[in-house]
Amino acid sequence: MLIVAVAIVGTGAAVYSVRHHTSQFATSPSANHMAPDFILPQLDGQDLRLSSYRGKVVLLDFWASWCEPCRVETPHLIELQQKYGDRGLQIIGVSMDDSADPARAFYQQFHMNYPVVMGNAKTGELYGGVLGLPIGFLINRDGRIHAKHIGATDPAVVEKEIATLLQAP
Amino acid sequence: MYSDNDFWMKSPMRIAAKYQKSTIILAAIAILSVAQAPGQATAIPTTRLINPEELVKLLEASGKEKPLMIQVGSHVLFSQAHIPGSEYIGPTSSESGVQQLRKRVESLPRTKFIVLYCGCCPWGHCPNVKPADDALRALGFSNVKVLYIADNFGVNWVDKGYPAAKGE
Repeated sequence: MLIVAVAIVGTGAAVYSVRHHTSQFATSPSANHMAPDFILPQLDGQDLRLSSYRGKVVLLDFWASWCEPCRVETPHLIELQQKYGDRGLQIIGVSMDDSADPARAFYQQFHMNYPVVMGNAKTGELYGGVLGLPIGFLINRDGRIHAKHIGATDPAVVEKEIATLLQAP
Repeated sequence: MYSDNDFWMKSPMRIAAKYQKSTIILAAIAILSVAQAPGQATAIPTTRLINPEELVKLLEASGKEKPLMIQVGSHVLFSQAHIPGSEYIGPTSSESGVQQLRKRVESLPRTKFIVLYCGCCPWGHCPNVKPADDALRALGFSNVKVLYIADNFGVNWVDKGYPAAKGE
């Protein structure tokens, strides 16, 4: 079934076209640019400032409790935090839920082992518009963006990148 | 290295997003939808779908009936970007969201042209559009379309340069 679908879609390559346009909407911060800083409340009410994690490799994960791919991805992130936390990895979840209650319930259900802050539209715009979830930004120890992942990313890809950044001088 | 490595980029549905011929995409959806769970967006019959390009043309055309457009995703996403003139209802994956939707449309004629959309997630993972479509069908609305968004509202609408607005 999938093969047939791929074949049909593949046929569409002949009609593929790229559209260029200008937009009133912010563009995503580029590679090697400083990750936009923010101060946001965590689920326990305490503020978290992104730049206070300078010196660590940070995976900034935009997610929401209603996002099905996020439910798949979260256990992998928990494993990564457990595995690499001592070596300098800090995962920070940015919930894009409309309120904290469902995010808190999700946090408890999955026994998340990294901080989660409540994001908002402004935070999304700061990172070029978070108009679909999940979206992850991998940030190096200097606070610069190394990679952006849209959608539920292959955990092996993320782990490889994290390991590389942790070993970097 | 800066990359947009992406699991979905490798999936047939993601590949489909790169192409703009609506018939091809809808054909792929039809094939893939056979094995999907009934609560998923992929279970919505293709006859009830409308592509972004088609909707844009419809909105730009003069003299044609304009639909009531309802966004059934989260408010955080809506306030970042939405289709101008569309209304925010709330995520219809929850019963409270479905109730809000029912309340909004209860006084409308059952022939009213309505377009539902979300764009929170890749199509096969959207938890909102199917419950919204089901609710309107149960109420007897006969002219409802669901906007097919392959990846998310950013990729398939905003990044295409289609009309979009920020704010409440």
